[in-house]
Amino acid sequence: MGASKFVIKQISVFSENKPGRLAAIARALQDEKINILAFSIAEANGFGVVRALVDEPQRAYEKLTKMGFNVAFTDVIAVQMKDEPGGLYEVADILGRNGINIEYAYAYSGREGAVLILRVDHVDAAIAAIQKSGAKLHESSLFQ
Amino acid sequence: MFWDEKYETLPKRDLERLQLKRLKKTLVHVQNVEFYRQKFGEAGIGPGDIKTLDDIRKLPFTRKQDLRNGYPFGFFAVPIDRVIRIHTTSGTTGKPTVVGYTKKDIRTWANLIARNMTMVGLSDRDIFQNMVNYGMFTGGLGFHYGAELVGMTVVPSATGNTRRQVEMIQDFGVTVIHCTPSYALHLAEVAEEMGAHLDSLKTGLFGAEPWSESMRRELESRLGLTAYDSYGLSELFGPGVAFECGERDGLHIWHDCYLVEVVDPATGEVLGEGERGELVVTPLAKEAMPLVRYRTGDITMLKGDSCPCGRGQKIARIMGRSDDMLVIRGINVFPSQIEHVLLDIPEVGSQFMVYVDRVNHLDEMTIDVEINRDYFSGELQDLARIQKKVVKELRDALELRTTVNLVEPGSLPRFEGKAKRIVDRRAGAL
Repeated sequence: MGASKFVIKQISVFSENKPGRLAAIARALQDEKINILAFSIAEANGFGVVRALVDEPQRAYEKLTKMGFNVAFTDVIAVQMKDEPGGLYEVADILGRNGINIEYAYAYSGREGAVLILRVDHVDAAIAAIQKSGAKLHESSLFQ
Repeated sequence: MFWDEKYETLPKRDLERLQLKRLKKTLVHVQNVEFYRQKFGEAGIGPGDIKTLDDIRKLPFTRKQDLRNGYPFGFFAVPIDRVIRIHTTSGTTGKPTVVGYTKKDIRTWANLIARNMTMVGLSDRDIFQNMVNYGMFTGGLGFHYGAELVGMTVVPSATGNTRRQVEMIQDFGVTVIHCTPSYALHLAEVAEEMGAHLDSLKTGLFGAEPWSESMRRELESRLGLTAYDSYGLSELFGPGVAFECGERDGLHIWHDCYLVEVVDPATGEVLGEGERGELVVTPLAKEAMPLVRYRTGDITMLKGDSCPCGRGQKIARIMGRSDDMLVIRGINVFPSQIEHVLLDIPEVGSQFMVYVDRVNHLDEMTIDVEINRDYFSGELQDLARIQKKVVKELRDALELRTTVNLVEPGSLPRFEGKAKRIVDRRAGAL
């Protein structure tokens, strides 16, 4: 599976929507000297999921679980975007034309330029489509 | 197995004769209590007017508030020198209620507990860990004395330090535990966390709060034991008033010691077999603190069928307390119904809290329940689906729309004594 090197482990943490929960998570990662590369928060009816790309997902999982947090791994992919008007369109259009649904996405702009983190319904198909189009996928080793 | 076969299996006619004899004696005895002299006087009735068991309906009820008004010793029918122990009931509102025991009362009570324990197959070969409060609460010493009378090896562990409780069960080869069902659930959680196997356990005696059949299945599978329902209240000695036999289909209440009625909580009208209402008991063998037609506040019904075990008429498992019963937009809701629904949904835990508010003159019920760690996929939409499922199951069972909050595993309070899962914030609005 040549594609598997592009599958990145995101940590997803269940959190009640109340003051101090994100601070508790961030503090725990700080204590473990784990770096957060990108993150987002999704919220619904009083609870939420904190999603983060970290440099050491396994250690983050263990630390947070030990603290009582409910943590799961989620497979995501990271696509290089042009950091200019139309950059997001290019990536979204590739997936759309190939019938791949984006469940959620978040982006950051770092040393590598603009990067789009994607959770899609068919990971392997998404990887194949993006590679075929010539766009650049980041390997998980870049983060982890 | 019987502890006292003759009294446990008295034929109906002999039982009624004994009950009437003891009732008449009790009614004379209660004249030592100012409250009853006054009440009987107001009703223009004397002990001599009670000729049959049905005549009891002519007598006034005794309520919890009456006992509170008698604080501390107003309901004692013997001189304080003859009282060898007192217990109190938790005073959640106002003063606690004091109950007293003579030497004979302590002996009678221990014998009732011994009947219960023998009825479920326990004997002097058993090792019994008594995981309830040993202080003013009647559950600790009550079961302790009964178990010793049977000849069991008693571990008076009381509550708290659950990891140590688990270790003692393992180290001492404990075969029987007694605690509240909520604490038993907590014990199971802690044992699972510790990776401890409680292989020696075979019997669990659970009481002091109403619990459901799904809770029974949960406790039996997680603790590897057979669970029996225990019923009692301090005003009637304590635990031991009624208990399940091996059939586990209703509780045998000891008719030679307790005269039982079920009444409509609102009107006080006496109900028949199979009709749900409030249990009213006149104890027939209490010396220090006899009572007449005591309103227990517990909701049950008299069962009609006879029991293969040969003992007397049973009552149904307690469905709730008349004062725990929540009336939400006119619909009666018992916490045990909510528990029953949640236990059947694997995606959520079994701990819960209920909040009741009045918003724009409408009752709103909010339930906090923990997500089950193993069912968290990491996806928000899966959580939303679980939340919807809980709302739907509750609506089907209670016929009520509720708000459900999913909370983090382990974040809700665990109760060692009686669980207090209801927070009714409407009081000011009424």
